[in-house]
Amino acid sequence: MANAQAAAMVSPGGRELGSGVYNEKLGMWVFLGSEVMFFTALIGSYVILRFATPDAFAAPNAILNVPLTGVNTFLLICSSVTMVKAFAAVHDGDQRGLRIYLLATLVIGATFVGVQVYEYIHLVHSGFIPAGYAEGSHLAERAAAGELPPSIGIYGSSFYAMTGFHGFHVTMGVICMSFVTLKAFRGKYTRSDHRGVEVIGLYWHFVDLVWIILFTIVYLI
Amino acid sequence: MATTAMPHDTAHGETHELPFIRKYIFSTDHKTIGVQFLLMSLLFLFVGGLAAMMIRWQLGFPDTPLPGGALLPETMAPGGFLLPEFFNSLVTMHGTLMVFFAIMPLLVGVFGNFLIPLKIGAPDMAFPRLNMWSFWTAVPAGIIMLSGFFVEGGAAGAGWTSYAPLAANGEYTGVYLGQQLWLLSIALLGLSSILGATNYITTVVNLRAPGMTWFRLPLSIWALFITAILVLLAIPILSGAAIMLFFDQTIGTHFFDPTGGGQPLLWQHLFWYFGHPEVYILILPGMGVVSDVIANGSRKPVFGYHSMVYAIIGIAFLGWLVWGHHMFQSGMNPALGMTFMVSTMLIAVPSAIKVFNWMGTMWRGNIRFHVPMLHAVSFVAMFVIGGLSGVFMASTPVDIYFHDTYFIVAHIHYVLFGGSLFAIFAAITFWYPKMFGRLMNPALGRVHWFLTFVFFNMTFWPMHNLGVGGHMRRIYDPNQYAFLQPLAGTNRFITISALLLFTSQILFAVNFVVSWFKGAKASHNPWEDNGLEWTVPSPPPHGNFSATPTVLHGPYEFSSPLVQDADFLPQSRNLDALPARPAGE
Repeated sequence: MANAQAAAMVSPGGRELGSGVYNEKLGMWVFLGSEVMFFTALIGSYVILRFATPDAFAAPNAILNVPLTGVNTFLLICSSVTMVKAFAAVHDGDQRGLRIYLLATLVIGATFVGVQVYEYIHLVHSGFIPAGYAEGSHLAERAAAGELPPSIGIYGSSFYAMTGFHGFHVTMGVICMSFVTLKAFRGKYTRSDHRGVEVIGLYWHFVDLVWIILFTIVYLI
Repeated sequence: MATTAMPHDTAHGETHELPFIRKYIFSTDHKTIGVQFLLMSLLFLFVGGLAAMMIRWQLGFPDTPLPGGALLPETMAPGGFLLPEFFNSLVTMHGTLMVFFAIMPLLVGVFGNFLIPLKIGAPDMAFPRLNMWSFWTAVPAGIIMLSGFFVEGGAAGAGWTSYAPLAANGEYTGVYLGQQLWLLSIALLGLSSILGATNYITTVVNLRAPGMTWFRLPLSIWALFITAILVLLAIPILSGAAIMLFFDQTIGTHFFDPTGGGQPLLWQHLFWYFGHPEVYILILPGMGVVSDVIANGSRKPVFGYHSMVYAIIGIAFLGWLVWGHHMFQSGMNPALGMTFMVSTMLIAVPSAIKVFNWMGTMWRGNIRFHVPMLHAVSFVAMFVIGGLSGVFMASTPVDIYFHDTYFIVAHIHYVLFGGSLFAIFAAITFWYPKMFGRLMNPALGRVHWFLTFVFFNMTFWPMHNLGVGGHMRRIYDPNQYAFLQPLAGTNRFITISALLLFTSQILFAVNFVVSWFKGAKASHNPWEDNGLEWTVPSPPPHGNFSATPTVLHGPYEFSSPLVQDADFLPQSRNLDALPARPAGE
């Protein structure tokens, strides 16, 4: 353990690193700072639009399938747990545990994206598109009948932008995770050096955390 | 043990020759990437300048065909007369190219890359491959931006700020694809900047040589470090906003278009929440390199080193609290406007600290007016003028009068050309020997500096008068307004000065290119400076330092009484018998 820390704290030239945190980990934290600001732009815009035009938003369960996404949210949280288990496994030198948990994280992450794609297809079919209601759709008829707000362009815009960008981030995470998993199956991560696992873990937890915020404000409130 | 598995280990110190493409095109060496950024952004500086010349011709001589205008297609300038739509594109692209593709990469891309590892004593960046990608995403972003000129409808024409709803709906400007390309390019360039900033921050935090404590860092590195933090946090806001605006145009969302219930003011808030930190991204690195050059030219330690550092941090922090001063005219609550006015004026305090410290550095110094020093001193002078005109706009009641006039144009050019670009000239002429291993011609450099300084002031000073006279910015033909006709003479004077200013830059281009091949060979340390980069050959070899340097002194130990044989003290020089003095104190 102490050995692993010491090994991680020197650069290739063999000198001490200023922060005591190895480059990849520090770099990921710095990059996540930038990601926070990116999602702040999206979430901040959503908050402003929602307060400015409350009538352009449908009630939580009216259009979106909250139970389905609720299950999906639970899945994503589970993948964070398996990610932690994978890191703990490699930390203890358990190669088999590392592979199983990384694979589980990868599969659950891909499932999350799959469910989101299914949700999008379903929503578009029912007439909920980024511009609002699709003309002549089932939802447009319900809106004409007064069951739904007359115009939900802002709702569609922010829903697709926010969940879409999050989905894009999960997809990127899944792609990177498959490389990490592949490397794990080749036995490239050791008890003393498993930086790849830790760095992808940071990103994974961040994306998970963002989803919990997005799910709350887009689906539940 | 773990060090053998470093994934980014690019085998520093390898002596075998890399193939051409790896060495010069897809290089991971920070110095090569710095030079790549330099050539790219100088090219964009030229294109942006060309656009400015066309704008100036239209404003000075609207009734005379543009010389060489016959070369432009009918869709831009039939008979040599610029079309109003093309004029809008030129104004937009001039601003965009200069801000995003010339000044910003020149300061951050070129000198961030070239100087950070050399000055902190590192073999390369923390992530050399990421660094390469940062450059190779900036290049396609630039190509996408320029391609706007060649698509139907022309390049983006809604101004460099792309205010919605003007930019959100192609019907308003007649530009559809061009505006979308603009947004895509900005988002892609944002990715490049974020990759670069991540790299700079990690490098400065982690890879400083032994003894290179935070308060032994040269001010150029301090400024680039703080700038990288601003880039990291500000650029994603713009990227997010640009993508939302892109969606408004392409997939029918309504974020910023009021016809669909969107909020046009939201764009202004997002843009300026990015945009004001961006202003400091464009000036802080300039302040940093100017501090280095002025200390060198004055042969004295920088006056008030610590206060310089805190001023940089203070400016960067306050930069986040002032975005509303770009929006005084947007109908904001006067109480809010007052708040933004006060926070904006607060920035004058750290800025003035810096100016006084530069003057304190020069005071009673043994000044050497070499070419970089001339540019650096011009930076200080011009920055003072630009800073003072900034106070006019910061003050709400005055801004209501000056808003959207040439007074603003004068101000932005005094800080961005008079400020940033003079700092860039100082930096290029100062580090050119280290970059290319050859000296620039000093006589040619002096003439270039003199002409640039004179014509710059002849071009931009009278713009204050235009602004006070009510001359709106971005207008196509000022002479169609009776109240602006008395200003036509001033406009012609400015145009002639601008043409002379542009022409003077030929001297710089010639000096730059000819010196690259024919200049006198540069020694390790032609300016007798203290930085670590001057202890290695010019240009430095791959891996920079044959052995990791140990830093013993602060960066500005000029004319130190501890040194008998010279008036400078390199940061890593061991003064054998004498005890090393604690630096910076």
